[in-house]
Amino acid sequence: MEPNSPPEIILEAGRANRNYWHDLWRFRELLGFLAWRDIKVRYKQTTLGVLWALIQPAVTLAVFTFIFGKLAGMPSGNAPYPLLVLCGLLPWQLFSAAFSNASGSLVANTHLISKVYFPRLIVPLSSVAVALIDFAVVLVLLAVMCLWWQFTPDWRIIVLPLFIVLTLLTAIGTGLWLTALTVKYRDFRFVVPFLLQVGLFLSPVGFSSTNLPNWRFIYSLNPMVGAIDGFRWCLLRGEPALDPLNLAISIGMAALLLASGIWYFRRTERTFADLI
Amino acid sequence: MSKPVISVEGLGKRYRLSHEKPHDNLRDSLTHGVRGLMRRLTAPGANARDSEEFWALQDVSFDVAQGDVVGIIGRNGAGKSTLLKILSRITEPTRGRATIRGRVASLLEVGTGFHPELSGRENIYLNGAILGMARVEITRKFDEIVAFAEVERFLDTQVKHYSSGMYVRLAFAVAAHLEPEILILDEVLAVGDADFQRKCLHKMNDVTRRQGRTILFVSHQLASVQQLCNRVIILNRGAISHNTTTAAGIALYSKQQDKIEGAAKTIHYGRELTLLSLQFTSDPVQVFADLHFNFQMKANEGCRIHDLCFLIHNEQNQRVAVADFRQPAKSYELAAGQILSLNGTLRRIALLPGSYQVSFYVRTSLHGEDHQIIQSFEVIQDATAGLMAYPRWDLGTVAMDATFAATVAQGSA
Repeated sequence: MEPNSPPEIILEAGRANRNYWHDLWRFRELLGFLAWRDIKVRYKQTTLGVLWALIQPAVTLAVFTFIFGKLAGMPSGNAPYPLLVLCGLLPWQLFSAAFSNASGSLVANTHLISKVYFPRLIVPLSSVAVALIDFAVVLVLLAVMCLWWQFTPDWRIIVLPLFIVLTLLTAIGTGLWLTALTVKYRDFRFVVPFLLQVGLFLSPVGFSSTNLPNWRFIYSLNPMVGAIDGFRWCLLRGEPALDPLNLAISIGMAALLLASGIWYFRRTERTFADLI
Repeated sequence: MSKPVISVEGLGKRYRLSHEKPHDNLRDSLTHGVRGLMRRLTAPGANARDSEEFWALQDVSFDVAQGDVVGIIGRNGAGKSTLLKILSRITEPTRGRATIRGRVASLLEVGTGFHPELSGRENIYLNGAILGMARVEITRKFDEIVAFAEVERFLDTQVKHYSSGMYVRLAFAVAAHLEPEILILDEVLAVGDADFQRKCLHKMNDVTRRQGRTILFVSHQLASVQQLCNRVIILNRGAISHNTTTAAGIALYSKQQDKIEGAAKTIHYGRELTLLSLQFTSDPVQVFADLHFNFQMKANEGCRIHDLCFLIHNEQNQRVAVADFRQPAKSYELAAGQILSLNGTLRRIALLPGSYQVSFYVRTSLHGEDHQIIQSFEVIQDATAGLMAYPRWDLGTVAMDATFAATVAQGSA
């Protein structure tokens, strides 16, 4: 630090911090440390450890394959039904873990918020990292299943990261809303599992969205529809085909959620320490 | 003269105290909102608020120059912590503004963000990052921190298995190695064992003096304020009552305290005795000066007092002295309604600078023994002219009044 140019900070009511994004960058290491802490602690003192990341999706996979594939007899195109389900479960699990972690993150870190300054966005952002670890584990399961059914994805798989990003942005956008609201109204803690439960059935996780030919437009307002369709398109050799308009709707919704989430979070952030 | 490092102008912070249940759930908030709206519609002029405003800080202004070590003292609820929270950017002011020129690190609690499941090593990095240290900085100071905390052998043990002493030492050690331009400390030196506290104070003192760092320091221990600080700000009910030098500030503060406490205390010993007042009239007292006191005790029933003593405790809650008021060969005889008044002096106080708690030890014919902490006094020491004071932790346990005559002559051998 040069002694002749100390940073000058002005603290005033309602004054937006001009250096916020700069601060966020300056505290990027803290973001890393908090993410690393959550990852390290996640499976401490569990016997099965990271296997837990496999058990839940594996069981859901079996149940959904049985209900939608066997009982309801829904079509799965050229891929085996379990693969179709897993390609839906992958982004859904990523979303659900990232969303619920982010939603609970501020309240879980009360002790930090009331005692130290840093841009509060770091807390929900870092909490998303754990979800990525579990996601990576389930990706391995997918690879194993592809080998088992001798099913090789084609070139489209290189687009997959884009849909991972879409899933994460959706989770962060909704998570920011919920975590900021939970600071003031603890009711929203009960809203999160409820939203996830409903969302699981409103998103095409257990079946292909082509089963709903008439309602695709409205259905795509759920950004996870775009993400799940995208995952399937990337991993199942372009089937079902992606509809650009519906995808655009989903992406637009995700962007809207993210922008409004950041806006609401930033607006309420200053009062977190007083309310939490 | 360069600009002040911290300028505070007209700072205020308002909290709302809600008389009904706080709205931490949505239904409350909705029904409140609806009810408030209804009331406003039906009776437009009426004040529809159920909450009361409370100003934790009001119109606070001061400047801090670079290298100043400012002690902030005041009673509980005077607004000290609120002030530090605003300056640490944890919460924002409702009014006024504060300008801060320099990198701030604040330590409002020891071990913020320590995670019990992580090892000592991991927690050093985590806590360092939370306090605003860069990873390279932590790595550079890592060995120093570990040595300072004396936890080498347990570095890879989970912190949850640490003793509370080790935990606090580790947390302190990280904090003591912070190197911001402005350091904000809230009461953090009040925990941990005394020896280690001293080591920390010493380290911070050292760093400040050498590098011209600015410190804001809240403490209830006037002795540590006296030792570290060159200025004192006294807060009273959210406003600054004095902003002055350390010696003057501490004297003023002790006076204020006395007025408040002398008036409010009535303490009962059994059914038969009530302590009406106890005052140390020459508090704060210089080391080796006399401490004058007086007290009144009222008998509600006739009784005989067998034992009557002051028990004097230091900040570590050790009893350091007893002042005995028994009378040889007779006891205090009181009839119902009579008042015992006692004026006296504790002569030549040979106590180290610090804060001392006094309790009464009373044994009567009707009632067993009883003692409760009832009053406190401060022992202070002005720097000896032309000499640098030794740090508190080097002074031992009692004050020693030495007189000496020195001669220097040519050796005969």
